[in-house]
Amino acid sequence: MSENVLEVRQLKKYFSLPRSSGGSVRAVDGVDLTIGQGEVVGLVGESGSGKSTVGKCIVRLLEPTEGTIRLHGRDITTASRRQLRGVRTEMQMVFQDPYSTLNPRMTIGDIVAEPMQLHRLARGRELDTKVAGLLDKVGLASHLRHRYPHELSGGQRQRAGLARSLSVEPSLLVADEPVSALDVSVQAAVLNLLMDLQRDMGFSCLFIGHDLATVEFLCDRVAVMYLGRIVEEVNTTDLFRAPKHPYTQSLLSAAVVPDPKLQRTRQRIVLQGDIPSPINPPTGCTFHTRCPVAQLPLCSDTSPTLTDVTGRSHLASCHLITADGTAPDVTLSQTTENAWSKT
Amino acid sequence: MTTAAIAVDHARASRARRLFRRFASRPPAVVGLVGVILVVLIAIFAPLISPYDPAQGDYNHVFLTPFSAGHVLGTDDLGRDVLSRILQGSRSSLSAGLAATLLAVVVGVSFGLLAGYYRGALDTIIMRATDVMLAFPFLVLAVGLAAILGPSLNNAILALAISSVPGYVRITRAEVLGLREQDYVQAAIVNGAPDRVILFRHILRNCVSPLVVQASVTIPTMIIGEAALSFLGIGVQPPTASWGIMLSSAQGYISQAPWYALIPGVAIAITALSFNLLGDGLRDILDPRATK
Repeated sequence: MSENVLEVRQLKKYFSLPRSSGGSVRAVDGVDLTIGQGEVVGLVGESGSGKSTVGKCIVRLLEPTEGTIRLHGRDITTASRRQLRGVRTEMQMVFQDPYSTLNPRMTIGDIVAEPMQLHRLARGRELDTKVAGLLDKVGLASHLRHRYPHELSGGQRQRAGLARSLSVEPSLLVADEPVSALDVSVQAAVLNLLMDLQRDMGFSCLFIGHDLATVEFLCDRVAVMYLGRIVEEVNTTDLFRAPKHPYTQSLLSAAVVPDPKLQRTRQRIVLQGDIPSPINPPTGCTFHTRCPVAQLPLCSDTSPTLTDVTGRSHLASCHLITADGTAPDVTLSQTTENAWSKT
Repeated sequence: MTTAAIAVDHARASRARRLFRRFASRPPAVVGLVGVILVVLIAIFAPLISPYDPAQGDYNHVFLTPFSAGHVLGTDDLGRDVLSRILQGSRSSLSAGLAATLLAVVVGVSFGLLAGYYRGALDTIIMRATDVMLAFPFLVLAVGLAAILGPSLNNAILALAISSVPGYVRITRAEVLGLREQDYVQAAIVNGAPDRVILFRHILRNCVSPLVVQASVTIPTMIIGEAALSFLGIGVQPPTASWGIMLSSAQGYISQAPWYALIPGVAIAITALSFNLLGDGLRDILDPRATK
């Protein structure tokens, strides 16, 4: 693989609280992430795990508290807005909410044309042709360019948002849950589109989501986040075949399998309680408060590091994974229950 | 012309037509528009259509009742033709209403945008200053400022404009605070848009509806405000006619010549109502999300 498109090292983002309460919210607490040329990396985790914050820090919508972000080897962590302007064509973002992602007072054509105008990439008739080409590429009929966002459906709006992001031909696309607000049937169409476009245009993509099925479908590699840290990171096949971290195992067991027979017989691991507050995260391994196999005091005292547990770049941070890569099996612990035993 | 260009022209034309049709389907808005156009035309052509010199008195014919020979609306205490004075008065009323509103909108919206978008110390300073101004009732502040600035139409306009700036700062700031978190503003930042593009194209354009509504309320308030200042003698100065001055001089003769007070009052009411109706209609058609 050639040079990496994105390299994130020890990214931290703390949101400070009002002075009276003292502390700060550790939304992101030391994240490393590398995305290669044309690679699609998934970032999953439940709400509050900090995955969206990572995305926003990368495109510099938020100022990172610590760490470095390199785009094509160039450090952009502290670049000023003016300096960033030249980098903006390299990275783009797709947003979650199809209703707020497009300016309600601009036509679809103007919205798609705006980035190219801002960066002076095209003008006049050439711009017209490019906009028409982009709309065609994302599967929007050409007459929609004169329409306003409120006249479009959610799926069409996400397509328009995608066309706007891809208009400058970025090498990195940060997609922050681009389909989670859409109907399932529309989700599939937009995901297929995203995958086709990725294959055609070859951009790298950080796909942020909480739906494991979409991530499995789209991504080459997946990083699982819990409470501001990455707990496991490996290629998609291995993650879904042999998850190592207890949290990943629980997450996977909670996902619905599209086979009713299999779904009925599956063991489901139900995690107790909610994700702990990132204002005052648990000591040691942050997952120990909910981990069904946690071994106290080891897990509550020392913080595990993210290490390669199999020798085939399968990163996981758990004390209980042995040197030969054997992982604890949460389905054997007592807190599990058969998916249908209670109903 | 290429077919694409024709298609664009066609789309624009049909959009204008659609807006017009939407406007035309609202009778109150049309009434308001007609009223405003009428008042504006009257103000523009006042010197041409006035039957008499509005400042020229005739002591042989004071307090003629309306519909007297030669004086459709009668004459006042100095024998001046009331119709001519109403026509001339429309000029100060309109210029006060429009100029003061425009000034208030421009200044208020600018400060509101700055406060809401940049936040921080600038926001605190601007908002505390508006709080201080809002502590005074609108007319009290306007009267005070006009008294300090000295009596003239321009100073009255300035005083009225300054007094209504805080309202615009508040409305704009509140809108900006909500809009800057919208994803399309974030997208514009990711696209490296300069502040001026973000502020004007993405934020200001989406504040237009509440601002139009506010302006439609302000214009009649300003017209009434100008009348009030003139009534108190710190606005338009005699012998120039103004609806406020006419009301003021009419109050001394209210028992002998009630129509004399009624006529400028009705003129003020009709003008204010027309602008209000027009403003409501504009708000409805300016919002593309409004139902047709």
